[in-house]
This record gives sequence, structure tokens and C-alpha cells, in this order.
Amino acid sequence: MKKFLAASVAALAISVAGVAAADPIKVGVITTLSGGGAGLGVDARDGFLLALKNAGDAAKDIEVVVEDDGQKPELAVQIADKMIQSDQVDILTGIIWSNLAMAVVPSAVAQDKFYLSVNAGPSPLAGSQCHANYFNVAYQNDNFHEAMGQYANETYKKTVIMAPNYPAGTDSLTGFKRYYKQELAGEIYTQVGQTDYAAEIAQIRASGADSLFIFLPGGMGISFMKQYAQSGVEIPVIGPGFSFSQDVLPAIGDAALGVKNSASWSQDVDNEASKKFVETFQAEYGRLPSIYAAQAYDTGSLIVSAAGKASVKDADAFRTALKAAEFESVRGKFSFNTNNHPIQDIYVREVIKDGDVLTNKIIATAFTDHGDAYAEQCALK
Amino acid sequence: MQTALFIEQLLNGLQLGVMLFLMAAGLTLIFGVMGLINLAHGSLYMVGAFACATVAAYTGSFWLGLIASLAAAAAAGAIIEILVIRRLYERDHLDQVLATFALILVFSEGTRWLFGSFPLYLDIPPLLQGTVPLPGGSRYQLYRLAIIGVGVAVAVGLFLLITRTRLGMRIRAGESDREMIGALGVDIRTLYTIVFALGAALAGLAGAMVGALQSVQVGMGEPALILAFVVIVIGGIGSIRGALVGAVIVGVVDTMGRFLLPQIFGLFMNASQAGIVGGALASMLIYIVMAVVLAVRPQGLFPAAKG
Repeated sequence: MKKFLAASVAALAISVAGVAAADPIKVGVITTLSGGGAGLGVDARDGFLLALKNAGDAAKDIEVVVEDDGQKPELAVQIADKMIQSDQVDILTGIIWSNLAMAVVPSAVAQDKFYLSVNAGPSPLAGSQCHANYFNVAYQNDNFHEAMGQYANETYKKTVIMAPNYPAGTDSLTGFKRYYKQELAGEIYTQVGQTDYAAEIAQIRASGADSLFIFLPGGMGISFMKQYAQSGVEIPVIGPGFSFSQDVLPAIGDAALGVKNSASWSQDVDNEASKKFVETFQAEYGRLPSIYAAQAYDTGSLIVSAAGKASVKDADAFRTALKAAEFESVRGKFSFNTNNHPIQDIYVREVIKDGDVLTNKIIATAFTDHGDAYAEQCALK
Repeated sequence: MQTALFIEQLLNGLQLGVMLFLMAAGLTLIFGVMGLINLAHGSLYMVGAFACATVAAYTGSFWLGLIASLAAAAAAGAIIEILVIRRLYERDHLDQVLATFALILVFSEGTRWLFGSFPLYLDIPPLLQGTVPLPGGSRYQLYRLAIIGVGVAVAVGLFLLITRTRLGMRIRAGESDREMIGALGVDIRTLYTIVFALGAALAGLAGAMVGALQSVQVGMGEPALILAFVVIVIGGIGSIRGALVGAVIVGVVDTMGRFLLPQIFGLFMNASQAGIVGGALASMLIYIVMAVVLAVRPQGLFPAAKG
């Protein structure tokens, strides 16, 4: 009799746990799969799906719908509305670009959906417009620039800084200057989508700087680095990791060798989760993962971890489970700040050649347990 | 040092202008002869760059890639002329714009389907790497000088083609009265295909040469296309000479604006502000020039002589 009771209690316990895990979760992934920025979205999608695949049975009740936003805010808003109203998703994620995130996130969280950012981290969403249902698993936009500012402050005396003339570009230079206190040899603003940098390179050559900080995401960075390497100017280049991530390195080629760049993850981070991620990503997709893939992979793992602890239908419990961030992050340590943005280490990496493949190697840690400058403006506790 | 920097920037402007000329020449030729607005011209530029990058990666030779870019862009041009564009000559400009815009989408997604979403790698050939000294002590990149050389050669070649050859005579005749030369027994359909393929090949050549300096990726053609339209509006639609002058004006004005305006604003505001204001104004400058030209000489600087 005693045995029977124990067995039935165990069975009951299993079935209760089973109920918690079996409550299905529907995740809507809105990301950029066409147009010039598609490489980032493809990596984010692949990283996210890989996390669910690697989680095995723990993720079997997580259903995913993926849609392409074409890097257009109006399209992203339409897709979000459709996913919320007709697909009835519980969680939205996947947006790469800050302007798209600003268009989608506030209305999605106002409709009691969860939003988990795989990349974009605009400052309003970290500060005054922060929200209990908005979690950023990547970074606050300023973070990588701040890290490079910190590194340059210790290493160089006279930096020239350059970014495109749009909100993310000015934010980048602001973030850099927040930690860089030495002399500036110049501040150059380029056009968004600019393809020819001969005029800027001539100015850099004439500036007498001892280092060059650039934030030129996507094709702009590729164009600049190729032209810079050919120009014969030998001032060392530093910048946030976006322009030197695994998705663009092959297109830049050897011109990227030696560039110091900042990121929260690199494929040589020494932990089990990261090793498994890099190995399975290569096996699955036949290429090395980028930082976007790593962030999306962590986002997937976070959802799986929260789903194991609470039902998404119980918003408060699920929110607490997300905030606990008890998942194996590929970044090693990872926790959420009061404003639901990461507290994490940010590394300085150097572009190297491993055999025939260009990749990054960590050479220093710029920040340990770094939060962001906007957390105190956020009302969340 | 300032003089050297100035000369360097002038060369940079010239080089940008020459690139734009290769794009604009095809665009203006097609408009002048066939009366067609071809938005897909930027896609042909992209085709050239992708063909060059693919062949160069496969064979290891940039030069074979360059030949491939000419062939691929000309072939793509001839194919779309025969399949699509041919049906548009008698339609109005709105139909042409719609159809050629659709072609942009087809080319973009087709290229992504074939090559994937990640940019391709293309480097300049070893022969043209390195820099040469400039008067004043600065150095200039050899490859950019080579681009200027190619552009000037193409301009001279086009001039000779149009003024000295039978094909050029037919092109000029087609520009002034297309019905009459059809009535005189010239095979106007073939002529149109040839002109279109020629324009496409020039765009492909531009794409391949620029591809070595830039990112070879889907959507690379459209920014170049917009500038090419500015060039032909300034130069006069349908005129090769106008395209050359317009291209050099746009190239030099754009480069000098990016170089000088932040410095001028820097005289009376702090560097950060001057960078933002100067940069913003520099990005408008060529459109301001275009607006002034449109106001003063709506037909452009060198309008094609229309019969």
C-alpha cells in the first residue's frame, strides 16, 4: 500500500510537471530575410531555431512562426499585428533593427505579449519607455561602443571617430565618448548607405590620429574596410563588433586582419554552452555563427528555460521565470538588470586568421558585469 | 599638406564621377534612343559585380571576372530587352517604371536565391594594388587612377562609336526619328537590343570595378542608380556628352561637399555639431545642384538634339 502511494504521488508529480511544460507556447519571429540586411536576420533566425532544436524534448511544445520584415518598419508593424491577432502568439522576437523595434515593441507589450529582443536595444526602451514584458537578451545599443571607448581610453591618445549621420550613428559616438576621455582628432559623419569613402579616408590620413573608431554596419563597413586597406593609411582601426562579425568577415577579406572590436560573445569564449552552440551551428548550417546568431540562440534558450518553470498563460509567473535568466548562456554569465537589459561582460576581440578562415579572438575584457546608462531612468524595480 | 589633400580629394571626385558616367551613359543612351526609363539599370550593375566576384573567386583572376561581368550584364540586358522591355516602348513612362521596378525585385530575389544573403568577396587585382605619389607629398591609390583611365577610355570609345561608325549613325538616326529609320529598312528591333545590351554592359563594367572597392551584395545597384539619374537630369537626358559632364560635376561636388562643408561649419561651431550639420548638408548638395539646374536650364546642360 505504501509503495502504491509513493508511486502514485510520483506519478502525480510527473503529471503536474508535465502540465507545466506541455502548455504550448507560440513564438512569432519577425526578422529581416530579404534586402541588403538579410544576412543578419538569417543568422538570428538560424540561431534561434537551433536553440530549440538543441533543447530537444524541452522545446517540443514551442511552436514558431517566422516572417520577413524586409527591414521596413511599416511591414514589421503589420506582421506583428497579424501574429498577435490571427496567429495568437504569446511571445514576439527576432527584430534586428532599432527603428523597427521602436515601431513594434511598445504596442506589442501594451497588448500583454512578451517581447524578447535578439539584437536591437534602442535607449528609450532601456530607459523611460521600459516595460515589464520587454526583455532585451542582446545589449543596450550603446554597450559595444562604450566598451571600445573604454579600450581606446587606455590604449590611444588621439582617436578620430566616424559613423553614419542617423540616430544609431550619433548614439554610437555618444557611447564611445562616454568612456573615451583623451583627445579627439576628428569626428566624421557619413551618409547612411554611403558606398565610397575616398573623401573620408583622405581626411583620416591628414588628421594625424593614432587610431580610428568606426561604426559602419552592414555593407558600409565592408566597403570602408576594403577601401581603407587599399589606401595605404596605416592608422589602426577599432570598432563595435557588428562590422567585424562572422557574417561580414569573409566579404572584407584580409583587410580586416588585426582590427580590434568589441562584443559580448566570440566563438572562442570558453564555456560548454558556447562550444556546443558553435559545433552544432556549423554542423547544421555549414558556416561559423555570428554575434547575431549567438544572441538569438540565447533568446531561444531563455524561452525554453522559462517554459520549463511556468506556463506562458500565467504572465506573472512566466515573467519571473524569464527574469531569473536561468539558462546556459553562450556568453557564460548572464543576468538581467532592473530594466530587463543584460548585465554581462564585454570583450575586446581581434580579427585573426585561423587556417583559411577569418574569425575573432578575445584579447581583453573591456567591462565586467556591465549594465547600461539608462537603467536608472526605468521605473521597473 | 592642405594642397595635397585638396588634389587628392579632387581626384576622388573625378573617380566617383567617372564611375557614375559608366552607369549614366547606358541609362541616357537607352532613354535617348528608345525613350525608355529603365529602373532595372542598377540591377545590371549588380549582375556585373556578382559575375565578376563569382568568376574571380572560381578562377582566381580578376581580369577573367571583368570579362565575365561584361558578358553577363550584356546577356542579362539582351534577355530582359527581348522578354520584357520590347513590349514597353509604345507604352507611357508610368508603365515602363512599373515594369522595370518589378525587374529590380526579380533580380534582387533571384540573386539572393542563387548566391545567398551574405555579401561576396572581391578584391582588386595584384597588378593595381598599392599607391602612387602625388605632387605635394601625398599618395594616391593606383586602382582609383585606373578607374579614371577606364572611364576616360570608355568616354572616348563611345564618342567614336557614335560619331564615326555605321552603328553610331543608326543610333543617332534612331534618336531623331525612329519611324523614319524603320521605314528606311534598318532593323530597328535588333538595333534596340544592341543598344540595350551595350548600356547593360557598361553598367556591368561599373559594377565589377566598384565591386572590388565595395561590398558585393544584393541591393548595391539602387544607390548608384539614383545618382545616375541625378547625373542625366543635370547633363541633359539622352546626351552622352551631358552624362560625362554631369557625372564629373556630381562626383566632384559630392566629394568636395563631404570634405569641405564640415570644415567650413567647423569655423564657427564645435567639431561634433559641424560634423553633423556639414555632413547633412553635404548629402543634400548634389540634389541642390540638380534643383538649380532644373530651375535655370530645365532641359539640362547639354540636351540631346531632338529632331
